[in-house]
Amino acid sequence: MPVEVPKEKWPGSVRTITLGALPAEGGTRKRVVTVGGETAMPFMHFEGEIPYPPVVAIEIKDRKPDDWSPLLLETWRDVIDDPAQWAAAAEEAGADLIVLALSLTNRDGNPTTPEEAVASVKAVLAATGVPLIVFGPGQAEADNALLVAVSEATKGERLALGICEDKNYRTIVATAMANGHLVTARTPMDVNLAKQLNILISDMGLPLDRILMDPTTGALGYGIEYGFSVMERLRLAALQGDKMTQLPMIVTPGFEAWKAKESKVGEGVPKAWGDWLNRAINWETLTAMTLVESGADIVVLRHPESVRRVKAAIDELMAAKAFVS
Amino acid sequence: MALSGIQIYKLLPQTNCKECGFPTCLAFAMKLAAKQVELSACPYVSEESKAQLQESSAPPIRLITLKSDGYEIKAGNEVVMFRHEKTFYNKPGVFAKIKTSAAEADVKELAGRINDYRVNYVGIDLEVDGIAVEDDARNADKMQKTLSVIRSVSKKPVMLFSDNVASIEAGLSQLSGETPLIGCADSENWEKFAELAKQSKAALAVIADTLDGLAELSEKAKAKGVEDLVLVPKGKNLGHELILQSQIRRLALKANFRSLGYPTLAFCQTHAQIAQAIAKYAGFLVIDQFAEELVYPLLVLRQNIYTDPQKPIQVQPGLYEINNPQPTDPVLVTTNFSITYFSVANEVEGSGLPAYLLVADAEGMSVLTAWAAGKFDAERIAKAVKAANLDTRMSRKRLVLPGAVAVLSGEVEAELPGWEIRVGPREAVDIPKFYKQVLQVN
Ligand code: B12
Ligand code: SF4
Repeated sequence: MPVEVPKEKWPGSVRTITLGALPAEGGTRKRVVTVGGETAMPFMHFEGEIPYPPVVAIEIKDRKPDDWSPLLLETWRDVIDDPAQWAAAAEEAGADLIVLALSLTNRDGNPTTPEEAVASVKAVLAATGVPLIVFGPGQAEADNALLVAVSEATKGERLALGICEDKNYRTIVATAMANGHLVTARTPMDVNLAKQLNILISDMGLPLDRILMDPTTGALGYGIEYGFSVMERLRLAALQGDKMTQLPMIVTPGFEAWKAKESKVGEGVPKAWGDWLNRAINWETLTAMTLVESGADIVVLRHPESVRRVKAAIDELMAAKAFVS
Repeated sequence: MALSGIQIYKLLPQTNCKECGFPTCLAFAMKLAAKQVELSACPYVSEESKAQLQESSAPPIRLITLKSDGYEIKAGNEVVMFRHEKTFYNKPGVFAKIKTSAAEADVKELAGRINDYRVNYVGIDLEVDGIAVEDDARNADKMQKTLSVIRSVSKKPVMLFSDNVASIEAGLSQLSGETPLIGCADSENWEKFAELAKQSKAALAVIADTLDGLAELSEKAKAKGVEDLVLVPKGKNLGHELILQSQIRRLALKANFRSLGYPTLAFCQTHAQIAQAIAKYAGFLVIDQFAEELVYPLLVLRQNIYTDPQKPIQVQPGLYEINNPQPTDPVLVTTNFSITYFSVANEVEGSGLPAYLLVADAEGMSVLTAWAAGKFDAERIAKAVKAANLDTRMSRKRLVLPGAVAVLSGEVEAELPGWEIRVGPREAVDIPKFYKQVLQVN
């Protein structure tokens, strides 16, 4: 007696979004990246389409970061003072996308100027062929000043600009709209807040297929269960047909996991934590994989070994289609 | 699947004799459906109906308990596909592998390390649940020897895996009075395994690479009298494992498909398999290699995913003394979310520096979450200071705020005249440095 598996027939689907533009489309990328399009829960190939694999971005900074784990500083030591080289190394390490996170201050401790930000972005674009996401320093005024300059100087590249939050999104959305870019929209782990911000942004006139939503996550041990569940709920809502949740999801497990003490600190910690470097990479990998399982379309990571593992896992998750149809 | 009140009513005598304490059989049936009464309250139900009612009220995923002297580990009894729908109940049992080909001394050393592993996460001691013995030597003597060595250093539950039934038998001889798991029974050898499981009252793992294969095996084993079964869906890769695990859970919960209504087991070699097994439905995990730096994040992930979404883990608000503080030492204020409290308390404790930790009642939320929700403001902080009598208790009044809520410092100053309000670092890791460089200096 063959087992009959009940199949979910979902009325809704996630939008497809393409990052980056080829020369023929007005950009300079060698490759573009498309995400989204799911018509089923993550990797349930037997009842719907998962047309595009989740992708892995590597996060780099415009200068040597002040607050990163010494393990990461060591990993990227040879390139860490030069965003172009760092980006090239990240691409080499397997990044499908680069996230360039601009710093609030430059090497000399002065506020990063719009000219400096533009120079970093252009250098990264010149050094790589993959699409680029640019995050501001995370302070409204600086974000707006730097991102507007970057947006104008890279018109047509289909960058994703972030981070839009409910307190600061108008300027970023307006400049993305005017220059053919995308935005990332972050809300604190809440389905309704995510919907609301997507509505506010699309009300300004930016089409929904140019918005990536970032539902926020916590690291393993520091709130990942909330991120995991809110992503599952958002994806379920999208499949059930709720238009304002039908956007691909981007999350930053690298940032979260490497902020945790387990990754940052090697000495004076319990012996049961084990080897520092491996523990830190495991922290990032497990955080990222858990989120891939709950519906992440883009995961932003920091360590090349995590990138390798997560990409290998995604390949297998996608390849399973062959075994069920 | 649970029957409705009407369905239950059809199985009752329908005489309305009232002996159950309800005016009608229908009223009693409704209460039964709502699980507010026991079937035994009606003296007149037929044996046949009883059996049907019991069958239908059995949990859709059977609860399996592995036992050894002093230990018990449960899997099954789950009721939802997604944790936000209610919660996941029984944390998947984590078993670390030991091979029978290993030298005796190595077995002893590894079994000891697995047994003794203990790590504290937000005040909870996390451990590995047991040891899985893999008979890669395919040798009954080795199996017996390995088990006796393991039992000399660990009493935790075990699993025995071999395709050689004689090895399993030899292993079981060392485990009298326990309920281990044995396996994996496949379509070839299932009969001998089923007999052995029945005799020894062990739980039986059945393995197949399709749902049909698993269902068939579980039905056959059940017909032989083995009820405690564990399913091992052998996927062709990570993605196939995810699909099989999800389909098993779905069939059990949504279709009340009894033949697959058992907990599952996942053999994990990679990090991705581990994350997936915890997030997506494994009842037991067997990890290939035991390493502290892997087991720690694994146990934390399991703890997180199996936290009840309705109840964040909290600590009692109030004043905590760390490293014997004196009335001149600083008071560090934080919230009563467990993760927050322990991040801070562990730092202070580890540094050896004396301090008071004042835990405000922020309804179990992290610093920024509570601040954003209006549960951690100047007023609440001042209230906590007063509740702990700190005005009279402290001779030097220094209050350190978490760096994340630096914006509160003005208001807290206004609420607490006579107190020096300091803004600490954003991350707890930086507290010791801040303490030495700022608090001790002035
Ligand atoms: C998990 C989470 C939640 C969970 C709640 C978890 C809980 N029980 O608290 C949920 C999903 C319920 C939630 C809800 C909300 N959240 Co929330 N949430 C988070 C998240 C992802 C992680 C928080 C966490 O657990 N951190 C770990 C703990 C350990 O951190 P912590 O408490 O800050 O402690 C650290 C430091 O502060 C320091 N520290 C602590 N105490 C002390 C004391 C001293 C003296 C010192 C020196 C240091 C120190 O040490 C710790 C370790 O370094 C953060 C974003 C993020 N990734 O950080 C957002 C975040 C905190 N949430 C946010 C918001 C806005 C909300 C909501 C208001 C949204 C909404 N309207 O629904 C609600 C509020 C809740 C409500 N109304 O019921 C915002 C806050 C924005 C802001 N800056 O004001 C954040 C920052 C997200 C964001 N970027 O927008 N949230
Ligand atoms: S005791 Fe049984 S037969 Fe009598 S009313 Fe109750 S349910 Fe009906």
